[in-house]
Amino acid sequence: MNAVNDGAPLMLAPDVLSETLATAMGTGAEFAEVFVEDRRSMSALFDDGRVEELTSGRDRGVGLRVVVGDTTGFAHTADLGPSGLTAAAEAAAAAARGGGGGVRQVVLDQHTGPAPGPVEIMPGDVPKARKVALLEQADSAARESDGAVTQVAARYADSHRRIQVANSDGLLTGDRQVRTLFSVSCVANGDMGMQTGRESIGHTLGFEVFDEVDVEDLARRAAGRALLKLEAVPAPSGEMPVVIGPGGGGVLFHEACGHGLEADLVAKSASVFAGRRAEVVAAPMVTLVDDGTMPGEWGRYAIDDEGRPAQRNVLIDEGVLTDYMWDHLRARREGRASSGNGRRQGYRHLPMVRMTNTYLGVGDADPDEIIADTTHGVYVAQLGGGQVNTATGDFVFGMTEAYMIEDGRLTNPIRDGNLIGNGPQTLLDIDAIAGDFAMGSPGTCGKDGQGVPVGDGTPTLRVTRLTVGGTAA
Amino acid sequence: MERRPEVGELLDLAESVVGLAVAGEQLEVVVVHERETEARAYGGEVESLTVAESRGVGVRVVSGSRQGFAYTGTLDRDAVEEALAEARDNMSFATPDEYCGVAEPDGVVPADLDLYSPALAGHPTDDKVAMALELERLTLSADERIAGIESAEYLDSASETAVATTTGIRSTSRETGCLLSANALAEHDGETQTGFGFSLGREPGDLDIEVASREAAERATRMLGAVKPPSGRLTVVLDPWVSAQFLGIVGGTLSGEMVQKGRSLFAERLGDNVAAPGVTLIDDPTDMCAFTASATDGEGLATRRNVLIDGGRLDRFVHNSQTARRAGTVSTGSAIRGYSSTPGAGVRAVSVVPGTLSQADLVAGIDDGILIQGVSGLHSGVNPVSGDFSTGAEGIRIRGGQLAEPVREFTIASTIQRMLFDIEAIGCDLQWLPMKAAGVTLVIGELTISGT
Repeated sequence: MNAVNDGAPLMLAPDVLSETLATAMGTGAEFAEVFVEDRRSMSALFDDGRVEELTSGRDRGVGLRVVVGDTTGFAHTADLGPSGLTAAAEAAAAAARGGGGGVRQVVLDQHTGPAPGPVEIMPGDVPKARKVALLEQADSAARESDGAVTQVAARYADSHRRIQVANSDGLLTGDRQVRTLFSVSCVANGDMGMQTGRESIGHTLGFEVFDEVDVEDLARRAAGRALLKLEAVPAPSGEMPVVIGPGGGGVLFHEACGHGLEADLVAKSASVFAGRRAEVVAAPMVTLVDDGTMPGEWGRYAIDDEGRPAQRNVLIDEGVLTDYMWDHLRARREGRASSGNGRRQGYRHLPMVRMTNTYLGVGDADPDEIIADTTHGVYVAQLGGGQVNTATGDFVFGMTEAYMIEDGRLTNPIRDGNLIGNGPQTLLDIDAIAGDFAMGSPGTCGKDGQGVPVGDGTPTLRVTRLTVGGTAA
Repeated sequence: MERRPEVGELLDLAESVVGLAVAGEQLEVVVVHERETEARAYGGEVESLTVAESRGVGVRVVSGSRQGFAYTGTLDRDAVEEALAEARDNMSFATPDEYCGVAEPDGVVPADLDLYSPALAGHPTDDKVAMALELERLTLSADERIAGIESAEYLDSASETAVATTTGIRSTSRETGCLLSANALAEHDGETQTGFGFSLGREPGDLDIEVASREAAERATRMLGAVKPPSGRLTVVLDPWVSAQFLGIVGGTLSGEMVQKGRSLFAERLGDNVAAPGVTLIDDPTDMCAFTASATDGEGLATRRNVLIDGGRLDRFVHNSQTARRAGTVSTGSAIRGYSSTPGAGVRAVSVVPGTLSQADLVAGIDDGILIQGVSGLHSGVNPVSGDFSTGAEGIRIRGGQLAEPVREFTIASTIQRMLFDIEAIGCDLQWLPMKAAGVTLVIGELTISGT
């Protein structure tokens, strides 16, 4: 089956793409690329006890990239007609400013890439009333779980993104990416003020995800998290061992080392991992993988936004740094193949090196024993967002469900706060990894102002020393 | 290149769609057109040059107290009419809410703000590229410890917005903005630190390459040799860059929407003392000094100066027309939105009334403390509902009224509620920054430092 067609007409015909590329190459460029995107999205919000709003959106356009030497020119247009494409191609070529002239022919070779991820029920075919009904169920379940739950926001969102990539190397390929998301955020009110709890699921699947996911259960878990924290004690402060639960810690690795393994940052020496391939960078039980092929996961795709098939990349193998992640441009300069990590938020953006689904491989420890073996520390069941300075490796991330560990037992829940640490040091400070494993919540990774969907996962693990940023002594 | 639509044409399009309203239906159409240039320098070469043009239309429909919305990323007539049909369909699934509705003209005349520089449109791209290259060169040569550049870029944008409604609102606005920003890498004794610098303006002539490069180099080098401080409770001084981020979060909690939905720690607190008596917090989008200044809001109403906290007392929340109706008051001209979303309610340009002392004077009065110059993880470590506040931080230790050694890799923690009461002094150094708040040096009586 042809991945480009997927039952729908080509977004732009090969001869139009060919001509546009020829125009883009007209000033002597080394490489030109046309990226076509048509994205339809729909979201529904149930908030404050009512269906507040349904929103539909459509974004369609073309991004044109021209490379001359070390310079990239980029232009985009929402006008898919011949004049719009020509204008954008000329603008991108002028921006890159090649030396030579003359028109080059670009012969496109229709590429039968990996098939798009299977979708059983296209969200666009599902009546909106069914989506709204899920939201109502979630709202009721959260509110009925406890009278202290004072506010609930439930959100359903789906998107259908078709892309087409053609470039001056003759590549012509495409993909169809479907995503379905459901989240519930609760506020609970107690004697010591308000607390929040959130749960979300997201998959590169259609509406069939709700055959597996019980939105009422999801809502009760979000409510439970807010309720739990009503009794929470202030988070401790200072350095201590931190145990991270299964699925809760993916963002730690995403921030602590994932970003530092992106080849664009490495090339600028803006990463603490630059020049460290084949070196030991982590404890020997640490294997870190970025895998864009994981079926159904949030960061999954058939091809990246440069037309390269997604692949499974082992970044750290038993403590040794094996490879970075690559996009087309960085790989081309190094004379190697892209690792399928060239992604962009949309046609208005240039692609760059991005993660997909990043996870830590399992170890052989028993999760209960890891806790039992910890005298004084913190257990984090869910992490919120995070941030890293790749040049120094310093990172920070938020705890949204955490507990004290005292004498080998989980005791009081603790209030929200940040954890900080240093990426390279943290990788070496991991002293236990369990055999359990879970993927975490769907995330949006921001880099240079572009957001892309990413997944992450971890088993239970322990870091011997992180700084917990609470207010208690 | 494509012909650029004038703002009048955007309004014509908005009006023509509004004309499609059927009896008993309210329509609001927002049309946005934006042009951007981004030039990045690296290694003495142009790393990338992007010329971009974005446009979009958002359509909000209200009928029978229900609301529906749709948008499209083009001004193409067929696509806009498709969005209108989608918005109407979406509306049919919403729960009726008596307060739903588009804004009504309120007679407030928009401030006459000069936010658009015609000079930008005619400015040669070559010169913009040259500024990015010069920024990289100057940053690299600013200090011998600067070992590299993570990014050096020039950015500008020019945007036009039109809003039209069936209730008679006809609003247009346009603005330009330019930014130079550099991220420098400093190295010394095998240690690497980073720092940013920037310069902002309405047109390229406003930008100061020297200032942006020098600040990047200073921020990168000042943390070299920094140590992790011991844990404890200390007086901290928030640098304007940090206080602006803190005040932006405080401003966010004063959104009428968050308050009404029980998601603000200040809900039910109107009229209460919520901050130290010296704290007066104002949201004033009509202040030309604010880079986020705007004469009109997302619903096409005039923006205005709103005193939020007056001498420590919580005086006002900010509203769009819908949250205002629910609260039994009038819009404060605080609708916030792009073309792809319905209007929320929020602050745009928050500042505290400054004091009389300089940062140096304030530091001189502190025996043992830390000047906080940078924070990280605000989005993950601050909970605007519970008020819990915890961020990564870096800065300079204060000993005996003097700035001492640099410190990093620690956290500062408190609650937003406590921090507002713990503001002991406010500096005179009010500074507008590229965010929705101005910074000013703030002395916070006690925060928990978590280090070694």
